[in-house]
Amino acid sequence: MEIKNIKSRYLTQRVAIVILAVSALLVIIPVIGIIIYMIANGYSSLNWEFLTASPAQAGKAGGILPAILGTVYLMLGTILFALPVGIMAGVYLSEYTRANWLTRLINMAIINLAGVPSIVFGLFGLAVFVLGLNLGMSLLAASLTLAAQALAMTITTSREAIIAVPKEYREGSLAIGVSKWQTIRHIVLPQASPGILTGAILAMSRAAGETAPIIVVGAAFLVGGLPVSPFDRFMALPYHLYTVSAHIPGMPGEIKWGVALVLIAMVLFFNMLAGIVRIKARKR
Amino acid sequence: MFPFDRSNGAASGSLLSARPRWGEKIIEKVIFANGMLAIIVLLGVLFILLRQGIPALVETPIHKFLFGTAWYPVSDPPTFGILPFFVATMWVTVVSTVLAVPIGVGAAIFLAEIAPRKVADAVKPIVELLSGFPSVVMGFIGLVLLSPWIQNTLGLNTGLTGITAGIMLAMMSLPIIVSVSEDALRAVPEDFRQAAYGLGSTRWEVIWHVCVPSALSGISAAVMLGVGRAIGETMTVLMVAGGALALPELPVDPMMPMTAAIASGIGNAVQGGPQYHALFAIGLILFLLTLFVNLIAARVLERQKRKFTAG
Repeated sequence: MEIKNIKSRYLTQRVAIVILAVSALLVIIPVIGIIIYMIANGYSSLNWEFLTASPAQAGKAGGILPAILGTVYLMLGTILFALPVGIMAGVYLSEYTRANWLTRLINMAIINLAGVPSIVFGLFGLAVFVLGLNLGMSLLAASLTLAAQALAMTITTSREAIIAVPKEYREGSLAIGVSKWQTIRHIVLPQASPGILTGAILAMSRAAGETAPIIVVGAAFLVGGLPVSPFDRFMALPYHLYTVSAHIPGMPGEIKWGVALVLIAMVLFFNMLAGIVRIKARKR
Repeated sequence: MFPFDRSNGAASGSLLSARPRWGEKIIEKVIFANGMLAIIVLLGVLFILLRQGIPALVETPIHKFLFGTAWYPVSDPPTFGILPFFVATMWVTVVSTVLAVPIGVGAAIFLAEIAPRKVADAVKPIVELLSGFPSVVMGFIGLVLLSPWIQNTLGLNTGLTGITAGIMLAMMSLPIIVSVSEDALRAVPEDFRQAAYGLGSTRWEVIWHVCVPSALSGISAAVMLGVGRAIGETMTVLMVAGGALALPELPVDPMMPMTAAIASGIGNAVQGGPQYHALFAIGLILFLLTLFVNLIAARVLERQKRKFTAG
C-alpha cells in the first residue's frame, strides 16, 4: 500500500516534469525555427543592390536604402529626444526623492506609460505633434512620437543604473566639499553610463521595429529620393514590411523576406549590442 | 587628476563657501521638471484622448457606441458601434491567454525549479530574443507561415482569423509571462523548499504545493501583463486577424480588434471629422482598459515583492 503510493507519487512527478520540459521547448523552438526560416528565405535577396538602391517598379524590384536610412534616422531622432530627459528624470528619481507619495505616483506613471498601446501613442503623436505643433506628417513628428513611447524605458534604465552606483562614491565626493550636482555630473553619471547606454541601445532597437505609431504620423510606402529634411515624409523598414506583405498583391517573395530579414537583423544586432555592453559593465 | 571640475568646486575657494550657485539651482529645477515628465506625458495622452474622443461620445450616445454592432463611418449619417471590435479584442486576448499562460508558466517552473542553472542561463537569451521581435515581423510570420496552415488544418475559407492572431499574440506575450513568473518563483525562499523536503515531499510536490502557491501573486501579475500586451498589440492583429467588420461569433471568424480598427481607419479619417473623433474614442477605451490591467498587475507585483522581504 505504502510502496504503491510512493510509486504513483514518483510517476506523477515524472509526468509533470515531462510536461514542464515540453512547455519550455514550446517557448524556444518557434523562436529558433523562425530565425532559421527567415535566414533561409531571406539571405538570397540580400545583395549589394538590395541594400544600396532605391525601390523600382513600385517596390517590386530594386533596393530598400531609403527605408533603411529612414529607420536609422528614426532611431537617432527617438534617442535624441528620449535620452537626455530620461537621464534627468532618472537622476531626479534616484538622487532627489525620498520614498513618498510623489515618488510612488511617478513610478506608477512610468509603469503605466510602458503599458500604453503603441497605436495610442500614434494617436497622441498625431494630435500633438503632427496637427497641434503643426509639424506635419514628418520624420520629426514620428521621432517625437516614438520618443514619448521610449520615455518609460530610458527613465527606468537610467534610474536603475544611477541607483546601482555605490553610495561611497557620492559620500567621498561630498565629503571633500564638492556640490551635489557636481558630484552627480562628474562622479555618479560616468559610473552609471554603461547602464544608461544599455537602456539607450534597447530603446533604439525598440524604435526601429515600432510600426503602429509611424503608420499614424507619417511613414510612407514610397518616397522619391532619400530623406533629406526632418520635415519630410519618410520610408521606414517596419512600415515597408507591413505594406509589401499585407497590401501589395503580387509582391515577389524575396522582397518580403529580404525586408523582414534586414529589419530583424538590425533589431537583433542592437539587442545583442546592449547585451554585450551590459556584460562588460558587470565585469568592470 | 580630480574627476570633478576644480574651478567650480569648493576646493578652489573657501571651504565654507556660501556663494549661491545659481547655475546649480536652475539645473536642479530642470531635473525636477524632468522627473515629472512621466506623469505629464501620461496625463497628456489621457487629455488628448478625452478631448478628441469625447465629441464622438456626445454625437453617438455612449451605450450605442459601446454596444452598437454597425460601423459605417462614411455613410450619411455615419454609424459608430464598436461592439464587433471589442468582441474581437476579447477573442484574440482569450485565445492568446489560454495558450500562453500554461506554456509560459510551465516553462518558468521548468527554468526556475527543474533545469540546471546552465540550461536556464542558455534559454534566457532565447526568450529575450523573442521579446525583441518587432510586432510587424510577427504579423509577417503569421501571414506567410501560420495562416495557410490554419486555413488547411481547420478547413476554413481564409486563414486570417482571430485564432491565427491569438496564436501569434501568445508567442509575443510568452517572454513577459516566462520572465516575471520565473522571477517570482526564484524569490521563494529556499527554507520553504527545504522544509517541504524535510517532510518527505517529492520534488514535484514541493513545486506544486509550496513554490507555486508562494509565487502565485507574481505569476498572476505575469498573466495580467501578458493580457495587457495582447489587448494593446496592433500590427500582428492588423495583419492576421482578418479585418472583418461583422460581429465575430467564434475565434475562427475573421475579425478586427480595436487596435486594428484605429490603425486601418485613421489614414482615411478626415481630421476633426466624426470618424476621427470615433477612433480617438476607441483609443480612450483601449487606454483605460490597459491602464486598469497594468495597475492591477503592478499592485499584485508589489505585494509579492513585499511578501518575502518584510520581517
